[in-house]
Amino acid sequence: MSKIHVTAVVNGDTAEFLTDPGTTLLDALRDELGLTGSKEGCGSGDCGACSVIVDGRLVCSCLMLAAEAEGHRIETIEGMAHSGDLHPLQQKFLEHAALQCGFCTPGLLVAAKALLDTNPDPTEEETRYWLAGNLCRCTGYDKVIRAVLDAAAVLRQERRAA
Amino acid sequence: MPQFDYVAPTTIDDAVKALLAAPTAKVLAGGTDLIVQMRAGRARPATVVDLKRIPGATGVRREADGGFTIGAATSGAVLGEDAALVRAWPGVVEAANLIGSTQVQGRASLGGNLCNASPAADSVPALIAARATCVIVGPAGRREAPVETIQAGPGRTTLQPGEIILEFRLPPRPKRAADAYLRLIPRTEMDIAVVGAGVSLALDDAGTITEAYVSLGAVAPTTLLVAAAGQALVGGKLTDAALEKLDAAARAACNPIDDKRGTIDYRTKIAGVLARRAAAIAYNRAEAR
Amino acid sequence: MSDVLDRPETGEGFHSVGTRPIRPDGIEKVTGRAAFGADFVMPGMLYGRIKRSPHAHAKIVSVDARKALALPGVKAVVSGADFPDLADELIEGGEAASSMRDLAWNVMARQKALYEGHAVAAVAATSPTIAEAALDLIEVTYEPLPHVIDVEDAMAPNAPVLHAHIFTEGLEERPKLPSNIARKHQFVRGDVDAALAAADVVVEGRYTTKSVHQGYIEPHACVASMGPDGQGQIWSSSQGHFMVRTYCAKVLKLDISDLRVTPAEIGGGFGGKTTVYLEPVALLLSRHAGAPVKLVMSRDEVFRATGPTSGGVIEVKLGAKKDGTITAAEVTLKFQAGAFPGSPVGTACMTALACYDIPNFRIVGWDVVTNSPKTAAYRAPGAPISAFGVESAMDDLALKLGMDPVDLRDKNGARDGVKAAYGPTFQNIGFLQALHALKQHPNYDVPLGPNQGRGIAVGFWFNVGGESTAAVHIGEDGTATVVTGNPDIGGSRASMAIMAAETLGISVEDVRPVVADTASIGYSMLTGGSRTTFATGMAVVRAAEKVVENLKARAAKIWDTSPENVEWSAGKAHCLDASKGEQKPLTLKGLAAQSARTGGPVSAEVSLNAQGAGPGFAAHMCDVEVDPETGHVTVLRYTATQDVGRAIHPSYVEGQMQGGVAQGVGWALNEEYIYDSEGRMENAGFLDYRVPVASDLPMIDTVMIEVPNPRHPYGAKGVGEAPIVPPLAAVANAVRRAIGVRMPDLPLSPPKIRAAIDAAR
Repeated sequence: MSKIHVTAVVNGDTAEFLTDPGTTLLDALRDELGLTGSKEGCGSGDCGACSVIVDGRLVCSCLMLAAEAEGHRIETIEGMAHSGDLHPLQQKFLEHAALQCGFCTPGLLVAAKALLDTNPDPTEEETRYWLAGNLCRCTGYDKVIRAVLDAAAVLRQERRAA
Repeated sequence: MPQFDYVAPTTIDDAVKALLAAPTAKVLAGGTDLIVQMRAGRARPATVVDLKRIPGATGVRREADGGFTIGAATSGAVLGEDAALVRAWPGVVEAANLIGSTQVQGRASLGGNLCNASPAADSVPALIAARATCVIVGPAGRREAPVETIQAGPGRTTLQPGEIILEFRLPPRPKRAADAYLRLIPRTEMDIAVVGAGVSLALDDAGTITEAYVSLGAVAPTTLLVAAAGQALVGGKLTDAALEKLDAAARAACNPIDDKRGTIDYRTKIAGVLARRAAAIAYNRAEAR
Repeated sequence: MSDVLDRPETGEGFHSVGTRPIRPDGIEKVTGRAAFGADFVMPGMLYGRIKRSPHAHAKIVSVDARKALALPGVKAVVSGADFPDLADELIEGGEAASSMRDLAWNVMARQKALYEGHAVAAVAATSPTIAEAALDLIEVTYEPLPHVIDVEDAMAPNAPVLHAHIFTEGLEERPKLPSNIARKHQFVRGDVDAALAAADVVVEGRYTTKSVHQGYIEPHACVASMGPDGQGQIWSSSQGHFMVRTYCAKVLKLDISDLRVTPAEIGGGFGGKTTVYLEPVALLLSRHAGAPVKLVMSRDEVFRATGPTSGGVIEVKLGAKKDGTITAAEVTLKFQAGAFPGSPVGTACMTALACYDIPNFRIVGWDVVTNSPKTAAYRAPGAPISAFGVESAMDDLALKLGMDPVDLRDKNGARDGVKAAYGPTFQNIGFLQALHALKQHPNYDVPLGPNQGRGIAVGFWFNVGGESTAAVHIGEDGTATVVTGNPDIGGSRASMAIMAAETLGISVEDVRPVVADTASIGYSMLTGGSRTTFATGMAVVRAAEKVVENLKARAAKIWDTSPENVEWSAGKAHCLDASKGEQKPLTLKGLAAQSARTGGPVSAEVSLNAQGAGPGFAAHMCDVEVDPETGHVTVLRYTATQDVGRAIHPSYVEGQMQGGVAQGVGWALNEEYIYDSEGRMENAGFLDYRVPVASDLPMIDTVMIEVPNPRHPYGAKGVGEAPIVPPLAAVANAVRRAIGVRMPDLPLSPPKIRAAIDAAR
């Protein structure tokens, strides 16, 4: 079982790495590429802390083999702020105190970005169901949901202004 | 995770060959069951055969007769975004879209959900009620089989060595027809069905039910197609009496187990409740057409 | 949304306390840069794994590592025989005393495995894959023994006995035989039997709860490195790196000064990270292998091998007069401790009646060992369990008397001057204000529909103080670094920065809070017991005050006057010495710039043992709708009020209240440890151990009542624990009123509710 050579686009840059067939995308991101912002909370797709976006689609990177990433486009939390400017979601999470320990936060932010990329004006209920795969044990979700809805409003305004 | 060989063939014939070459080989579609099982050591395949680079294994196609062909490895998210499919088969799509979280929806497929052979698989009752078939490719060539013939028991299928489900076919719909799927879970999301119920109905212009199929999940070792439950509805409107008959037929078909997710008594009662509620949704959808 | 009631309008003139600045560690945490336990790597690091018992109770006959050691890449294997023997010694922890021998035996089994998942051996190898393969090659021979997990089964005379050395403590006479009952706790006042006999109305109930896990999303993780000289370093995620240092030193018989522990960011703890599991094992593996070793738990291991809190049985009898005055209460508690003594039944007894002024009571608690993971602290340890019983009985009493449930609690509620059941006399408490806020909340008047119910419950937590150290350093540019030894688990860096800024008179943005390693700051007890903002915050304020005194002395020197003639306000020194004429105030910035000429660096460190933590009271109201056909419960509205002392950073106080509610709702509705007949956990994952997800909950409305604590410079009280106490009963009482049937056994899962509805028909 030799290593597999994988080439993928990670946060806009081409990344190459060698992986065992049994390595998950999450482990490859963390151990091969040093992108430790994606977290492992369960390893079974039940907590969402490892959420990444693959070709525009939200997935759990713990439920994808690194080898499957060949030729695909991957976005992680590390690619969310552009040249030091926070994404409105990141800014609103800070303003609303939508994080306590911060461990689930990267996954929640990536998942929320995937939501707003496709649905610029989600309802509270849509937001809650979209984020149901991201467990947060600290906040009770209240401030998280408010932050996402507020960021959506900011993004809509930015879009109108543009 | 235990180690294995990973192959991603680009033709279905190469996939069949790879599957035949290693007796413990497993097919990888969305991976949301297989990868979990491999990590837990419950599955230890020597080879993993990724279907997603095979043309036809992913995507939704509208057929000339009005039916649909769905690649077996198509993710639930893609199904949910296909407006024509959602309109024709709202129950199938809502069932597929109940499998796991948004993240899981980005990967999980009908083929994986069926071949994992869990009695609680969400998409299977909806597919069975929809009279869906699967196109199976194997060493002996292609064959087509109804979805309800695939599960053999928890974790077991009737597929022969080297056989792969390549795609699903959904038949064309009469004008006034619709389906629905409901499940019971303790939370609102992220759970395995304690009971699942899929109902597909066709009505005539007067609103009389001309065809009815009812399928129940998580109440027996395999997903059930309950003929008596369908018959309870055919030939009349969706009256309280018909719903009572449906409820009783659904309960009578149950052969569930007591486990961490539910009791025999509870599952049996809920099968009746959900069959009624799913029938009502399907009927309202059909009537609105 | 949230409101703050009772904020003093005297205008105490705070410029930072009570504001909501962005947390100082925020950017790191929203960009993925914050380093948690598993994110740390070292050159040459090995990967460890732990082999765990598949049996709930078994004698360990032998551990044979020869095959594993022969596997290429395997560098070390350790088991119980490699750990030192310890005498039984009690040590004070954050929330309860622990026996170091029990702790050591929990970290690595000796002679017997006491629960499924108990560590029996560990391996270090050059890759995770090799370490995993080596686990299968470690041959452990067991002799399975009968096991017992249910608390009452474990108390029965014929139960399998876990420990031959446990003879029930707290009885009048020491028993002749060992048993699983480790201790009896008792609190008595007045004549409860006579008072019950004389009561107009008596209600009683027997309630049960299941073992539940803290459910932090970050699994335990550490890296440890130890040389042959016995000097070690640890990087780990915990609620207290000084705790990690002490416990590792005890378990491995090392000198405390030979260990240096650096805290990682911590991904949730809720009490569950107030002890060690991995760190001593990683140190020992590292010493044997001669290289750093990383250990990270899987989620499965977190459930099977780390501390849940107890499942328990709660029996409650309340006696009252017709007017609702409660005259007597009898409470009996039986708690699973897990494999070693030390369930939170003691604190459950102490908190059980703390919200009320009841003249006659008897509270008895039993601490019982069982073949399940050793319980660890979980947010207000024990209190939610006893409150579930007492508050359910209070609801039945209100129903029986035909009284409003808030009014019943108001009539009997604790207030200043009341002597608490556990001893002290309450002062400066805001329980009644919290209750009244509930009644004033718009949610109280929302009409309910069919199958809907509204539940009320209240809760209490002591909050603790204790030992803390803080340092404040002023940089040459006048900005401040605040150094503490408490991991920031929910925003405490923000509250430390606010309190330092308030004291120094500078802006919060000019304060940088740092959590330092054990070699870089004096000792601090762990982050737990809702103590950090109170106790460590007090150390921060005292250190900042010392800095201010120092700055005043320097200003005095510059003005050639005495320090008494200098006043510090708004971040500036003002000269009060009229003989010096009009002197321009000296800013902190200005003083810092010339510190070299006035005596060198401006810096202060304060160590203290904080006393006078103010207790927390919470009052909750939950609206539910029950689907009568499926038994499924939907939480429609949730309102939480609480006496928070003074909210230093109100957003994070609200966050504590909301988070406590969410955990309590999960405990009430779905969370439980499920065991098979062999004593193996059946739901060791987030799929079937059902913590609430975002779509399960509504917005959680909070009202902060500010009754400042006079023993803290800014009035802070602990806020993190009280909010998990009421929800179990608040939800159950709402369900009771929705379906007309009392549900005494948690969790209130759909099958149970449907069965209860059917049975009542």
